[in-house]
Amino acid sequence: MLTFIAKRLLQSILVMLTVALIAFSLFRYVGDPINNMVGQDTSLEERVELKQRLGLNDSFLVQFTRFAGNAARGNFGFSYQHRRPVSDLIAERLPATLELSIVSAFLAMAIGLPMGVYTAIRRNSWLAHSFMTLSLVGISLPTFLIGILLILVFGVMLRWLPTFGRGDVVQLGWWSTGLLTASGLKSLIMPSITLALFQMTLIMRLVRSEMLEVLRTDFVKFARARGLAERYVNFVVALKNTMVPVITITGLQLGSIIAFAIITESVFQWPGMGLLFIQAVGNVDIPIMAAYLVLIAFFFVVINLIVDMLYVVVDPRLRVDSAGGH
Amino acid sequence: MSDTTVRNTHKGWLARASDSDLWYSFIRSPVAIVSTIVTLLFFVSAIFANWIAPHNPFDLASISIMDASLPPAWMEGSDPRFWLGTDDQGRDILSTIIYGARISLFVGFAAVIFSMILGIALGLVSGYVGGRLDAFIMRVADIQLSFPAILIALLVDGVARGVLPREMHQDMVFYVLIFAIGISGWVQYARTVRGSTLVEKNKEYVQAARVIGIGPFIILWRHILPNVMGPVLVIATIHLAIAVITEATLSFLGVGVPPTTPSLGTLIRIGNDYLFSGEWWITIFPGIALVLLVLAINLLGDWLRDALNPRLR
Amino acid sequence: MKADVKQTSLLTIEGMRVEFASRRGHVVAVERLDLSVEPGEILGVVGESGAGKSTIGNAVIGLLEPPGEMTAGTILLKGDRIDDLDDAGKRRIRGARIGMIFQDPLTSLDPLQTIERQLVDTIQQHLGLSDAEARARAVDLLDQVGIPDPQVRIAQYPHQFSGGMRQRVVIALALCADPELVIADEPTTALDVSVQAQILDLMKALCRDREVGMILITHDMGVISETADRVAVMYRGRVVETGATQQIMSKPTHDYTKSLISAVPRPDKRLKRFPLVTYIEDAEERPEGLNLATHWLGKVREEHKLTGNLLELKDAHMRFITRHSLFPSRRLYLDAVKDVSFAIQPGEVFGLVGESGSGKSTIARMITGIYKPTGGSIRFDGTDLTALGSRAAAAPYRRQMQMIFQDPFSSLNPRMRVEDIIEEPIHFHKMAYDREEARQIMHDLLDVVGLGAQAARKFPHEFSGGQRQRISIARALATRPRFLICDEPTSALDVSIQAQVLNLLKDLQSELNLTMLFISHDLPVIRQICDRVGVMRNGRLLEVAPTETLFTDPQHDYTRHLLDLMPKFRGFRMAKSR
Repeated sequence: MLTFIAKRLLQSILVMLTVALIAFSLFRYVGDPINNMVGQDTSLEERVELKQRLGLNDSFLVQFTRFAGNAARGNFGFSYQHRRPVSDLIAERLPATLELSIVSAFLAMAIGLPMGVYTAIRRNSWLAHSFMTLSLVGISLPTFLIGILLILVFGVMLRWLPTFGRGDVVQLGWWSTGLLTASGLKSLIMPSITLALFQMTLIMRLVRSEMLEVLRTDFVKFARARGLAERYVNFVVALKNTMVPVITITGLQLGSIIAFAIITESVFQWPGMGLLFIQAVGNVDIPIMAAYLVLIAFFFVVINLIVDMLYVVVDPRLRVDSAGGH
Repeated sequence: MSDTTVRNTHKGWLARASDSDLWYSFIRSPVAIVSTIVTLLFFVSAIFANWIAPHNPFDLASISIMDASLPPAWMEGSDPRFWLGTDDQGRDILSTIIYGARISLFVGFAAVIFSMILGIALGLVSGYVGGRLDAFIMRVADIQLSFPAILIALLVDGVARGVLPREMHQDMVFYVLIFAIGISGWVQYARTVRGSTLVEKNKEYVQAARVIGIGPFIILWRHILPNVMGPVLVIATIHLAIAVITEATLSFLGVGVPPTTPSLGTLIRIGNDYLFSGEWWITIFPGIALVLLVLAINLLGDWLRDALNPRLR
Repeated sequence: MKADVKQTSLLTIEGMRVEFASRRGHVVAVERLDLSVEPGEILGVVGESGAGKSTIGNAVIGLLEPPGEMTAGTILLKGDRIDDLDDAGKRRIRGARIGMIFQDPLTSLDPLQTIERQLVDTIQQHLGLSDAEARARAVDLLDQVGIPDPQVRIAQYPHQFSGGMRQRVVIALALCADPELVIADEPTTALDVSVQAQILDLMKALCRDREVGMILITHDMGVISETADRVAVMYRGRVVETGATQQIMSKPTHDYTKSLISAVPRPDKRLKRFPLVTYIEDAEERPEGLNLATHWLGKVREEHKLTGNLLELKDAHMRFITRHSLFPSRRLYLDAVKDVSFAIQPGEVFGLVGESGSGKSTIARMITGIYKPTGGSIRFDGTDLTALGSRAAAAPYRRQMQMIFQDPFSSLNPRMRVEDIIEEPIHFHKMAYDREEARQIMHDLLDVVGLGAQAARKFPHEFSGGQRQRISIARALATRPRFLICDEPTSALDVSIQAQVLNLLKDLQSELNLTMLFISHDLPVIRQICDRVGVMRNGRLLEVAPTETLFTDPQHDYTRHLLDLMPKFRGFRMAKSR
């Protein structure tokens, strides 16, 4: 078990290094970092001097090590566009994105999981069929269109909910939260539904297909043949076995919610990292793009590690050190 | 098709197709039939847009600012020439939708083919060769999977903007877009093909081919590839829906196709600015068209997956 | 009703009919079926695949998979009708009054729960015991089914048990609530011979001691003759004959039973050919006038006549890495074949016998070049194959040795027509001048294996298992090989079809003077077909001897052990003693 966790940790570090390499290559080779930092009137000597001072003449390895070391300490340099440290910009925007993502992830899980289980167990009921059809509509609706429709109905026509921004926020140290004010909560409703809907349908369909797979196995059939109650077979035997693959893929999906927030934030003008990133893409603001990339990879790696731990909890076969393996 | 002359001789492909379980499941599924018809309608109107569309929205001579922002034909103050109304520049919404769907489908299709070829090739090699190469390809796939398609597409687009000079970027925008959308899709194909290849390569018919002395390329091409294509078709169908959505999303975010050749996503973006002033039709009709197209493709993919999975029958 | 008349029997099935609705109309799986089981009796239900035997078990326990449906008949358990109960009523019977044992112990247990949880939950479902009582009962059950240290092992998960031990756990689970009837569906098919015998003995003892009736469903006549008191022989959904085991084995009355029994390879003596078995799938006899000895297949080949060994293995070794690691000390290896040496003379049929995992199939794959040996040499016709560098250099030898595989369902590419499957090696080795000649050869081959030229345009899925194995044989013969490797060629086939295919292989071998390596786990089959036999265990070759010597005077302990485990098949012994 320890080797399993150690192996996963090693893999995570490898992933982070790879992503850092990509981010660094972006930073170093896409466009000229000097050109982006100085004005038109800077003389050639000054440019050469700046290049030397920034260490851009060092070897690739030295530069990359420096970049990775800085990145690990949260230092991604200056934004070309905002002329401020990237870390400050991101720290300002991080709470907005995380609050939106976590609320959406919770919504997606809390609704998607039970619906998936229901559609698998009552596979032939009309409700299950309508859930399945609805879910297809769900994955066919582009996120931005859901946002637009919600804005049209609840913002423009009914005028119930605000159509952009976070509402009033409260500062808790460096963290700004919209969860403690009425207008903040109201502002959160439409964006979080928009972001959750797609993930919810995905989770539901995933749980359903995995559970159907488990319901077809011999051990479920044997449990039935022993006269165990239907509820026991469904919720103790089948559901637990469904969880093993579901945990993995759900973890991946939740990780991608943070990145998917780009679209939602753009539709609702939500002042998060996604909005910052999309503006950076438009303006070729490489340091922000690089930092965002590394940050997303970091979230992904952390979620994956948690998933692996859960795996060990659920599956006894992983708890023994590869005993009885082939 | 149940012609006896066909059946009595050796079965031709048409007779075999009409006798297949797939066709049987198809003609018994109204959902599959309707979604096929809708998809085909989109494809036909996209291909023959020049003849089908009532107006040419890109012919500057035929559009007039006088016709701007007219509502759909059933509302007050409308013009019967424009069924679904006009946009802010006086272009017929129906025609822009037909031309827009053409762009959306073209980009989506090209992206799917790009990632399909890349994914199948890598998946076959990964599964058949195994070892370090397999581990490497799958590790790259894992890393890429941690980034959603839309993020990768945005990054590729951002990099292209940084690397290519401005004018060149204008010319290359379609290629950049197809690459950006396609590059994120290969993982799905590669993983599936790799999985099937691992199963197929241990089957005895592949071993029989090796015993005969046949080399790995011919084995991959003639024996394994045809047997792993079933799931690939399902993925490709669903991927087409995803690619169309991704393209629309990129265009909506303003980093996709330029407004001079609008796709469905661009149209929605343009219309979005008029949402608050009450001209909802500029954005809603392209939106409906987009959802209809994607939904039809998704329904088709869903049916295909169930029909090709023998255990569900 | 009839209830009081049938009071005496434990289980009575009358006029049962089970249908499966399918695209091409209703398929009748079981028809007009009458059966009864008494307490303490083991009723064997025997038949070949597709005879409908498993359907009976599922119907009795009320777990027919849709679209299967029982459309006629009654099932009485101690006089109570159970086929028309609602779901809750059927559930009360399952486990409590009827226990079920499935084929594969590896997949029958929930991998995520301990044995204790599974046993205790099942016990409490039916018996309303306290936790402590249920646990005590669970430990007691494990003890009864012969699991050592039940107190310790009960806390373990299924993956910590071996296959045979898992099947014991499955039996314990089926007996949780003291059922009156147990249905065992191929309970030993997935197990090795040595484990098989133990499990059968256990089931027999449990039935006797607990006065439990049992329906034992199997395709294996050996298992039936060892275990069952009475036998019902099924053919195409009907019971064609019922009777005491001894009577059925020694004096079958129905033609199908007769042909079935005559098709079982006899462990006690070698027959020249299997007596022609009726009631089997349609394979055509070879057309008149096609004499293999003079036909192109038998033409004198360009190779020189050699006097020595055709194939010679010297210290052949095969090591697989089972755990990769950067550090050599952390790597794990499996030595599948350990320093094996043997030689095969031209025209000889050499058998390799052993249990699963003994390395016999690995040897076949080393000889044919699918695996590259990690040590030793393999000489074919005097040339060391392991020393040949390129595929091109090996090609002439590949052509001379071909292989027939075990699984008829995966050994043919499902996307290719039969003609393309058979012509592929002909084209690859340039055995024909043009397409026309290749086509002619292909048609001849189909005739030779008894399928006829009309099979050429079809796809593999249009054929049955035995017919596919014939296609496999045709493909193997297409390159005019001198040496044929048969890797369990009949173990996936029903006995009657096995008899046919073995007949075909025997004929081809003698007429074409083929040299053969015949690999099997089945000693009676080995006895019928091989001249000399090697016994393998854990990658080592323990003993090589002429077949008759091996069966009458085995030298190695393990060989004696294997021969002891061979199902004795009482019928033959009876016949001989008379």
